[in-house]
Amino acid sequence: MTDRFPHAHVHLGVFFQGVNHSTIWSDPASGSQLDFETFRQVVQTAERGLFDAFFLGEGLRLREQNGLLHDLDVVGRPDAITQLAALAAVTTHIGLAATQNVTYNDPADLARRLASLHALSGGRAAWNIVTTDNAWTGENFRRGGWLHHSQRYERAAEFVQAAQAIWDGFGSTVRYAASTVELEVQPTVELADHPVLFQAGDSPDGRDFAARHAEVIFSAHGTDFDDALGFADDIRARLRAAGRPEDDIKVLPSTQFILAATDEEAREKARWVKEQQVTPATALSLLGQVWGEDLSSYDPDGPLPAHDPAITQVSETRGSPRPGADPRAVARAWRERAEAEHLTIRQLVLAQDRQRGFVGSVESVADELVRWVRSGATDGFNITPWLVPTGLDDVVDLLVPALQERGAYRTEYTSTSLRDHLGLRAPVPHRAVLVGA
Amino acid sequence: MTDILHIALEVDGAGQHPAAHLLAPHTTPATPPGRPGVTPDAHRVRTVTAAAENAGVTFVTFDDSLTPAPGRAAHRIDAVTRAAFVAPLTSRLGLVPLVHPAVTEPFHVASQLAALDHASRGRAGWLVGTGPVPGARRALDRPVADGEDLVAETVDVVTVVRDLWDSWDDDATIRDTATGRYIDRERLHYVDFASGGDGPFASPALRSAPDGARAPFTVKGPLIVPRGPQGQAVVVGRVGTVPGALLDVALVPDLADVDAARGDGVARVLVDLTVTLDAAGTPGTARRDQLDALVPGTTTGLAYTGDAAGLVALLLDLRGVVDGVRILPSVLDDDLPVLVRDVLPALRVARAVPVPRPGATLRDTLGLPRPASRFAATA
Repeated sequence: MTDRFPHAHVHLGVFFQGVNHSTIWSDPASGSQLDFETFRQVVQTAERGLFDAFFLGEGLRLREQNGLLHDLDVVGRPDAITQLAALAAVTTHIGLAATQNVTYNDPADLARRLASLHALSGGRAAWNIVTTDNAWTGENFRRGGWLHHSQRYERAAEFVQAAQAIWDGFGSTVRYAASTVELEVQPTVELADHPVLFQAGDSPDGRDFAARHAEVIFSAHGTDFDDALGFADDIRARLRAAGRPEDDIKVLPSTQFILAATDEEAREKARWVKEQQVTPATALSLLGQVWGEDLSSYDPDGPLPAHDPAITQVSETRGSPRPGADPRAVARAWRERAEAEHLTIRQLVLAQDRQRGFVGSVESVADELVRWVRSGATDGFNITPWLVPTGLDDVVDLLVPALQERGAYRTEYTSTSLRDHLGLRAPVPHRAVLVGA
Repeated sequence: MTDILHIALEVDGAGQHPAAHLLAPHTTPATPPGRPGVTPDAHRVRTVTAAAENAGVTFVTFDDSLTPAPGRAAHRIDAVTRAAFVAPLTSRLGLVPLVHPAVTEPFHVASQLAALDHASRGRAGWLVGTGPVPGARRALDRPVADGEDLVAETVDVVTVVRDLWDSWDDDATIRDTATGRYIDRERLHYVDFASGGDGPFASPALRSAPDGARAPFTVKGPLIVPRGPQGQAVVVGRVGTVPGALLDVALVPDLADVDAARGDGVARVLVDLTVTLDAAGTPGTARRDQLDALVPGTTTGLAYTGDAAGLVALLLDLRGVVDGVRILPSVLDDDLPVLVRDVLPALRVARAVPVPRPGATLRDTLGLPRPASRFAATA
């Protein structure tokens, strides 16, 4: 098969998530999730590996399950922009991306903070735009749960347009008036260009929003090639429909790499990693989400509950984005599989937990990554290390050189701004041809 | 009260005098040669704070405003972002950005300053912003308290921020592999704060609310950031705008105000002192006249104009009168080199100033205790 993009390079980012059971905290090599040194080590390792960006998540309320704080995963992380400003001082090239919510921030305040990070870091800031409508998160904020679900992306679009006007409006009075954002402000930070806009929404509305505004998509399509290619083709089509070039967005899916000397060793390591991620308590917690009740008193090495779930929709961990499903159907399928394969609760949950990302020898993973980017399935990958701070070491020490040998990875930074690392064009509002897009 | 005198320094912009920002920067190169990617903003804040730390200053403050302020350069980086940027570049210096309680969301204030405390390993403070912020109401699209309401709002915001800093016990992260629990959820606390004020929450529905109106708010908690190295960042504020019980350090404009601050129960009282020093062969009086000719400066508050020796003598006389002095240089590029070269060393020789140790928290340097969590204490 001829490559669609024969000269494409792999772009790498690292996502320091600070939540979810994919981060293993129980291993003796797992460092503090909070000490600045951990963050310094991860970002400097990524910069040594010539990564495009270092990326922080943020959730504005601690997660809960069944009305209680979720206690099995990593909890607690720094304010993203504040932490990235500190990391800007100990790095020179790598991009610094902050997840920031458009419902529970004020556009004038957030635009100024992002501009401040961009100015101090020399053009290395990015903003991962997230929407929230739940009143549960709103309980921490002045406005409470003020935004209707149907207005999520309306608010996001207006917020982004207002922020862009502020970034461009130094020396003038910026006025913006729309349905969910109305402001008048004299900006106080002078910028030459804009922070790069990341977005992760996967719904049709989310994809359309991305096609109009985003420059990087932090997608969930980073495991299966056909799924990733389908997503990328869909985004390209939406970009064309929005009047933008089809390479105007870089797709960098969330993924994990499990590397070893041989493919077989890597598969063995992947099994071990998953067992660390899905602890007995986590297995019972995930099972409890399907049944909609606290099953923590069950034996994880015993059989599944004999009764049907009483709920009609899978109860998510509040604050984590999980799609809903019919719990009775899920429970039935799980019980049938457990019975057929003689699986305990934990074995079943492990078996159901799809292997994420890339597992293999350095050489075979490198070949695969090159195939992905040259086929147009992605532009690169946002790695979520399952171990911090050392989880990137083998990627940087082994995988990056293998990609370089294949001519598919930079051998030095050739620019200092994130926009240039990613090969992005000028911010969308700076392009006169895109009127009304 | 001790005979130790803490020297704090305001490092915002070009200096305190309203004409300072009209002068070209003249002692700091715009960018260091051969350092691509280091912006003038970054270079400026790192060189000024390095000079302050090396001189033995206890803490620096970063003045700020959401909207352009009279007498200040139009271009101004957010104060918390500046403070965070220099956190890993310094090791002894307290970092105290201004955040205005009526402007920034209380939950964000608490998160940002807790993150600064972690990034600086316990050197964060909060200079509580005061007074009306021109244009904030229209910039933020919500009511922004003013006047008496602003004092009440400030009390509420400082209170809830302190509550949120205590919403994680110090030992909440247990990483108990036996049970698979990362945290002990009993050691995290909902703060369930409700502010004063009447009427509905802020929302676009309140666009017709007049300037200065106050909308109530609630905060559930816990904070998304675990408790910082200091437990609570050092809260610095002006007496009269924040009740003394909520402050760790009070700033007073004149010596006449010191007793009131002490009566208010504030642990440390620092007086603001505007300085215009003899610098680069020009007497301070001449410098001040030149600046005033450009833009008349203010005449309120304590001020010193003259040579370094006179300032040293004045500062030594203030031992036992106040716990410290926050120096507001008229023009940083002129006054800071003299402070660093001729004033701070003389104070060190006289054993008048503390010697902050690497690794010490700002509370350590100020001699303030590390507070127990209000929630842990009642558990």
